[in-house]
Amino acid sequence: MLSIVVFLPLAAAVVLAAARGLPDAVARWAWVAVAAVDLALVGVVWAGYRTPPPGALAWSEQVPWIPGVNSSYHVGVDGLSLPLVALTAVVFLACAVYALREERRPRAQAALFLFLQTTCLGLFVAADLILFFLFFDLSIVAMYFVIGGWGHGDPARSALKFFLYTFLGSLALLAGFIGLYVAASPHTFDMVALAAAPPLTGAPVGGGLVLAAVLVGLAVKTPTVPFHTWLPPAHTDAPAVGSAVLAGVLLKMGTYGFVRIAMPMLPAAWRAWAWVIVVVGVVSVLYGAFVALGQTDLKRMIAYTSVNHMGYVVLGVGAAGLVAGADAATRQVAVTGAVTQMVAHGLITGALFLLVGVLRDRAGTYDMASFGGLARPAPRFATLFAVAAFASLGLPGFVGFVAEFQVFVGTIAAVPAAALALPGILVTAALFLRALQSVFTGPAEATTEGFGDLRRVEVWSVAPLLGLALLFGVLPRPLLDVIEPAAQAVTSMVGR
Amino acid sequence: MIDAVRDVTGTTALWLLVTLPAAVGALLCLGGRGAERGAAPVAVATTAIGAVLAVDVAILRPAVSAPFVAGAPFGLAVDTLSAITVCLVVGVTLLVLVFSTGAIASERARFHGLMLLFLAAVVVTASATTLPALLLGWEVMGATSYALIGFSWRDRQRVAGGATAFLTTRAADLGLYAAAAAAVAGASGMALDRLPAASGAWLHVAAAGVLVAALGKAAQLPFSFWLSRAMEGPSPVSALLHSAAMVAMGGYLLLRVGPLLEASGWAAPAAAWIGALTALLLGAVALAQRDLKQLLAASTSAQLGFVVLAAGVSALTGGTAHLVAHAATKALLFLAAGAWLGALGTKALPALSGVARRWPVVGVAATVGALALAGVAPLSLWATKDAVLVVALEHSAALYVVGLAATALAAAYAGKILVVVWRSSAEAEEPLDTEEAGTRRVHRVQQAPLVVLAAGAAVLGVLALPPVVELLAHALGQPPPPTGGPWELGGSAVLALVVLGLVRWAMRARPAPFHPAPPRAATRWATSWLGLEAATHAVVVRPALALSQWLARLDDRVLDRAVTGVARGALAVGRGAARVDVGGVDAAVERLAGGVRRLGGYVRRLQTGELHHYYLGAVAVLAACVVLLVLVR
Repeated sequence: MLSIVVFLPLAAAVVLAAARGLPDAVARWAWVAVAAVDLALVGVVWAGYRTPPPGALAWSEQVPWIPGVNSSYHVGVDGLSLPLVALTAVVFLACAVYALREERRPRAQAALFLFLQTTCLGLFVAADLILFFLFFDLSIVAMYFVIGGWGHGDPARSALKFFLYTFLGSLALLAGFIGLYVAASPHTFDMVALAAAPPLTGAPVGGGLVLAAVLVGLAVKTPTVPFHTWLPPAHTDAPAVGSAVLAGVLLKMGTYGFVRIAMPMLPAAWRAWAWVIVVVGVVSVLYGAFVALGQTDLKRMIAYTSVNHMGYVVLGVGAAGLVAGADAATRQVAVTGAVTQMVAHGLITGALFLLVGVLRDRAGTYDMASFGGLARPAPRFATLFAVAAFASLGLPGFVGFVAEFQVFVGTIAAVPAAALALPGILVTAALFLRALQSVFTGPAEATTEGFGDLRRVEVWSVAPLLGLALLFGVLPRPLLDVIEPAAQAVTSMVGR
Repeated sequence: MIDAVRDVTGTTALWLLVTLPAAVGALLCLGGRGAERGAAPVAVATTAIGAVLAVDVAILRPAVSAPFVAGAPFGLAVDTLSAITVCLVVGVTLLVLVFSTGAIASERARFHGLMLLFLAAVVVTASATTLPALLLGWEVMGATSYALIGFSWRDRQRVAGGATAFLTTRAADLGLYAAAAAAVAGASGMALDRLPAASGAWLHVAAAGVLVAALGKAAQLPFSFWLSRAMEGPSPVSALLHSAAMVAMGGYLLLRVGPLLEASGWAAPAAAWIGALTALLLGAVALAQRDLKQLLAASTSAQLGFVVLAAGVSALTGGTAHLVAHAATKALLFLAAGAWLGALGTKALPALSGVARRWPVVGVAATVGALALAGVAPLSLWATKDAVLVVALEHSAALYVVGLAATALAAAYAGKILVVVWRSSAEAEEPLDTEEAGTRRVHRVQQAPLVVLAAGAAVLGVLALPPVVELLAHALGQPPPPTGGPWELGGSAVLALVVLGLVRWAMRARPAPFHPAPPRAATRWATSWLGLEAATHAVVVRPALALSQWLARLDDRVLDRAVTGVARGALAVGRGAARVDVGGVDAAVERLAGGVRRLGGYVRRLQTGELHHYYLGAVAVLAACVVLLVLVR
C-alpha cells in the first residue's frame, strides 16, 4: 500500500512526460486528480494506522535490494513519519490546485512535481539508509529543475546555489551513513535494525564524528544557522508552488532526519552533544527572527521566518538529549512539540508562500514598500494573509501554537536557559504585523490600482491549508495521538 | 438523575457559550459583502443567546475538560468569580453591540464578527482552569483586539496603535509561557489552582510569569502606554475592551491566582504596590489629558490599579466588586464619549463644552458615571474601592495613603469631565468636527444602553456593602471581609466632594484651563503618559530594529559571502588543478610521448632493408655481449 502511495505520482509523471501531444488543461487537471487520489490513499493509510510497538513500523514492506551491503527496499510508517506523509500529500495537492493557472509548460511542471512528490513521500517512509539517501538526493535534483525552470529573478544562480549547497550536505550525510554501516554489527543500512541496536555507543570519538557528519548534512537541509544562506535566494527566485513545497515539505527532511536517524541511532553521542544542538536551536530562533525583521522583501522575510520556525524544532529535539535536566515525560513533550512544529510549519508557511506568489503575479515584485492599502482592492487576499500571518506568529487556535507551546514548555523545563528563545515569538509577531500594516493598510500605492483579488483556485489552494492549521490548533488530539507514542519511543531511545 | 441532566445541560451551555460566538463571529468575518446586511442583528441575537447561556452556567456551575496536549488538558469551569465575570462580559457586550447598531455604519460584518470572536476569547479566559486554555483565550483576545483597534485600516496610524497594543501585551504574555514551563518543571501540573504547589525556584518563576502577563493585560505600570494607543480604535471597542473585558481580564487573572501570589511571598506585595502606584500615577496622567478618551483610558489603568492592589492584599471580595462596578461605569463613559464623537466629530475636551445639555439622556447618564468614578457616595465605586482600601490599610498604612491619594485624583479627573460637559457651550475653546464629520445626532438605540449602564454604575456598590457583601464573600469562599467604618467610608465620600468642589472652583477661576501658560515639566510628563512609550521605543524597539538590520546585513555580507567565498575558493582550486593538470601532468605525459616518438625515429633509421647492415649489427651486438660477459665474470 505504501509503495502505491509513493510510486503512483511517479507513474503519473512518466505518463505525463511521455504524452507529448497532451493539451495543457488535461495535464493540469491530471496533476490535481493524481494528487487527490494520492491524498485519499494516504487517508486510507491513516485510517488503517495502528500505533506499532516502539521501534517497529506500521504498513511495513521489505524486499531485498542490494543484499551485498544488507540494504533492502524497506518502507513503513510510524507516528513520526505518518503526519509528514499526510502533510506532503496535502501540500502537493494544494500546489496542484494553485498551478491550475500556470501558463508556462504545465505538462512538464506537473510531471516534475509528481516526480518530486514521489521522492518526498519515499523519503518519509524509507526505513533503509540507502533508500533514504536516494530519495534525499533525487528531491534536490527535482527542486533544482523547479527553481531553474519556472523561477524568476536570477533562477539559474539560485538553483545552482541550492543544489550545490544541499548536495554538499547530502555528501556529509552519506559519510555519516557509511560510518553507521561500518560500525554496526552485523553491517547493515536497515534503519529499524540500527535503531534497535545502536552502534558506537561505547565510542565517544567515533560516535561524535559520525553524528557530526549526519548533523551537518541535516543542518544544511533544515536549515539552521549558519548553514541557511541558500534558503533566501532559493525561495525568492522559486515559483510560488516551488517555494511552498520547498518550505512545506523539503525542509522537513532535515528535521525528520534528526528524529528518525540521528537520535535513535546515535543516542550516546546525541546526549553528549545535546547542548550544542540546543544552542544552535536558540541561535536559529533568535537570529532567524531578527534577520527576518530586517528584510524589506516580503518573500525573503517569510523565508527567514522558516529559519526561526525550524529553530524551534532543533530546540525541541536538542532538549530531548538533556537527560540530566528533566524526566522522560518532559523531554517527550519537547519532542512531540518538535514533530508537531514540522506539520504546523508545513501547512502555514506553505500557505504563506502560495499567498505571496500572488503579489508577484499581479505586481511583479515582493518589495513591501511598493504596496499599500491592498485590503481595498483585494479583501479576500488580505483576510487569508492576515489569518496565515497570525497562524505563523503562533497564535493559539492554530497548530503552530500547539507546537511552540510544547517545545517551550518541554525545553525550558529541561534547560531553563532556553527561555532566551522566548522573545523569538515576539519578534515574529512584530515582523508579521509590520508586513500586514505595510502591504494591506494605509494609502494606496501605484501597484494598488487594478490589483486583482484572489481567484478561485488561489483561494481553494490556500484555504484548506489554513483550515487544517485551525482544525489541529483547536482539536490537536487526532494529530497528537499519532505523534505522542512515537515521541515517547524516540525519547526513551535517546535515554538508552 | 436530575443531577446528570443538570450536568449535561450545564456543560453543553458552557461549550455553546464559547463555540456559538466563535463560530458566528468567524462566519461573519469571512462572509464578505453578503454578510453585511444581517451582521448587526445576528450579532445582537447571538450575544442575547449568550446572555441566557451565561446565566445558565452561572447557576449550573459546570466544569468541562478536553484532552489537549500531554499533561495539560483544556479545562473550563465556572465558579463564583468566573460566573460574575462571564455574566458581566456578556452583558456589557450585549449593550455595546446594541449601541454599535447605531454607531458602526460600514464594514459591519467584520466589526461584529470580530466582537463575537473577542467575546468567545474572553469567556474562555474567564473560565479557564488550565494554562493552555488560559493562554488560548488570552492571546486570541489580544489578536482580536489588534484587529478591532485597527478596525479603520485605511488609517495606518490606527493599525499601528493596534500593533502597539498587541506587541506590548504579547511581550508580557511571554510570562505565561514561562509559567507553563515552570508548572511542568516544578511538577505542579498546569491547573491554575495547582500552581502554588510548584517546587523550589519554579514557584517564583510561575508567580513572576503570571504576574507580568496580568500586569501587561491590565495596562499597569510599566505597560500602561499601550492603552493610550488603543484609543485609536472605535469607541464601542474601547467601551468593551477597555472596561469590562481585555484590561479587566488582567485584574481578573490576578484575583484568580491570589494563592499563587501569596505562596511566592514577594509577588503579592509587588502586585499591591504596582497596583497602588498605577492608581496614583495614571490618575495624574488622566488629570493631565485634554482628550476625553485618553483621559478615560488613563483612568482605566488607574482604576484597574485598585483591582491589582486588591489581588495583592487578598481582598478578593472587594476586588471583584470593584472590577464589576468599574466595568459598568467605564463602559458607560466610553459609550458616551463615542456618542459625542459620532455626533460632534471630536473627543477633545475643550470642544465638548455643554454636550450634556445638548443631549440630556446621554448627559445625565454620563454624569452618573462620572460621579461614580469620582467616588461620590452612594454610587458604586465609592463603596467598592473603599472595600479594597480598608483591607490595604490592614497591610500597610503607606499603601492606604497612596490609594487614598489616587482616589482624590480620580475625583479630580472625573470633576474635569463634569465641569466641561455641563458648562455653557459658548465656552467651547476648540471647533467641532476635527476628527470626523459629526452627524449632530445621537440615535435612540445608542441611548438605551447608556441608561442601563448608568443604573449599574449607580447601584453596583451594594456588592461591597452589607448585607450583599457577606453573600458575595460567602459565594467566593472568603471570610466576611472588613467593611470600612464610618471614618473610612465617610472620609472618602467627603474627600470626593471636596475635590470635586476644588475642581469646579479651579476651572471657574481660570477661564482657559486647557491652555495654561507654558506647561510645566511635570504636566508634560503626565500628558505624555509618563513618557513610557517613548522610553520603550528608545530602549527596546529602536535597538531591536537596529539589531535586525545589522544582522540582515551581516547575513548578506558576511555569512552568505563566506559561503560564496568558499565556493569561489573551490572554483579557484579547480582552476589551479586544471592548470597543474594541463601544464604539469599532461605536459609530462606529452613530453614522455614525444621522447618515445623521437626514440622510435632513431630506431627506424636502423631499418634500412640492406642485409649486410643487419649482419654488421648482429656482429656488433654479439661482440658487445662477449665483452659484457667477460667483464661480468
